[in-house]
Amino acid sequence: MASGYSKKVMEHFAHPRNVGIIEDASGVGKVGNPVCGDIMELFIKVDNGKITDAKFRTFGCGAAIATSSMITEMVKGKTIEEALKISNKAVAESLEGLPPVKMHCSVLAEDALKAAINDHMIKTTGKGLPGFKLHEEHD
Amino acid sequence: MKRIYMDHAATTPTHPEVLEAMKPYFSDIFGNPSSIHSFGREAKKAIDDARDNVAGSIGARSDEIIFTSGGTEADNFALEGIAYANEKKGNHIISTPVEHHAVANCLGFLKKRGFEVTYIPVDSTGLADPEDIRKAMTDKTILVSVMHANNEVGTIEPIEEIGRICREKDVYFHTDAVQTFGHMPIDVKKLNVDLLSASAHKLYGPKGVGMLYVRKGTKIVPYLYGGEQEMGRRASTENVPGIVGLSKAVELVDGSDNGSTEERIRQLRDKLINGILSSIDDSILNGHPIKRLSNNVNVSIKYIEGESMLLRLDMEGISASTGSACSSGSLEPSHVLLSIGLPPETAHSSLRLTLGRWTTEKEVKRVLEVLPKIVRKLREMSPLTSSPSP
Repeated sequence: MASGYSKKVMEHFAHPRNVGIIEDASGVGKVGNPVCGDIMELFIKVDNGKITDAKFRTFGCGAAIATSSMITEMVKGKTIEEALKISNKAVAESLEGLPPVKMHCSVLAEDALKAAINDHMIKTTGKGLPGFKLHEEHD
Repeated sequence: MKRIYMDHAATTPTHPEVLEAMKPYFSDIFGNPSSIHSFGREAKKAIDDARDNVAGSIGARSDEIIFTSGGTEADNFALEGIAYANEKKGNHIISTPVEHHAVANCLGFLKKRGFEVTYIPVDSTGLADPEDIRKAMTDKTILVSVMHANNEVGTIEPIEEIGRICREKDVYFHTDAVQTFGHMPIDVKKLNVDLLSASAHKLYGPKGVGMLYVRKGTKIVPYLYGGEQEMGRRASTENVPGIVGLSKAVELVDGSDNGSTEERIRQLRDKLINGILSSIDDSILNGHPIKRLSNNVNVSIKYIEGESMLLRLDMEGISASTGSACSSGSLEPSHVLLSIGLPPETAHSSLRLTLGRWTTEKEVKRVLEVLPKIVRKLREMSPLTSSPSP
């Protein structure tokens, strides 16, 4: 369990960044479900196509908390296009790796970001992300 | 920082006197008990004495005790040994959905081999109803297996009554007593059992050794084939130091006025349970409140997840366990918690603390100090928290 986590993961777990909600968020993504024990909520604030703020709330294990914390750090200051390129692998790499059984947490974080951006697009253009689909695991 | 160990259901430290008792059997009395010479004879005497001692502690005959590599082997031996020895008589087995994986997965294997398994339900506290077992019996039933007490939620099952029904119906009855052996008086006659599994490392003995009690006359096939050890029923050169260790652990339990030790642990357990339930909102106790292992605390603390609680506790030097999937490597939470009717997210929010003979009041107080703060921090982060301040 704890022995599988890198120092970086434990850092983000012990001192998570950007915990909370954004009251007038530009987009909100909620993914996961109680059955598999991971739920992530990601809030983004978008100004002129750039993500100026991001916050998260997570019900889940050490890896779930660390990946959601890390992804909020990674998206701040990025354009929507740049944010869409953030993969779960990039999240895991930024955390200096995750145990194989915990990789699905990084997938969930990527899904939460895409869901938040999708929500933002529907709010602003009436249309969501083309081809937007969540990974099957957490359906 | 001195660590606080609250996971005695997983394993216990080996008692220093047990270690001392085992030492001579590595370099001095190292013979193979099957050898005819003096080295063999003295090793044989050690395991004979151990056998007498262990048998006596549960009201059994010495030739009814078979030493194994632990509780898991004892469980597998009991189930497969009875199933294959009696398959001409019938192929039906009855058990519960809250058994330890050593029983559950073995039954799963037997199912694939053509045996029928009926799992009678347990109630919301984890208790099995003996009448459900009676109703489930058919003329093809050859075995009932119900654990003495549950390792996750601590519930103690009505073994005596179930055993009485099995006697009446002439069906073999096995109980996995891994969590109770050494923690409460066990008399195999009173319990009406034909087979009973136990493991040394749950009662301050070494890992890697256990035993299966098999009532004389029981039709059972061996689990391990090879030499004639264990009266021809479990081949393999005996783990002499381990067996001596198991026997010493049993002796220490019997000699130490175990009743008062267990009572002390029970009081600390209740202090911990009451402390958690009163200081943390939206927390519930899992398992039976009274028919419960003296050392078991299992609670669900809503809106936060088990592994994240364990990590935070570990950062404070406190070691515990959880029924959440995240810590087990699968996506499913504990089958025990689901079987007692907990919704998945409540099962994922579980925390198990199990005390031991050296657990102190100070340690319990420290857990009660630390846990509410951890819960508050994790609830601040949770999308499930109903109110901003827990």
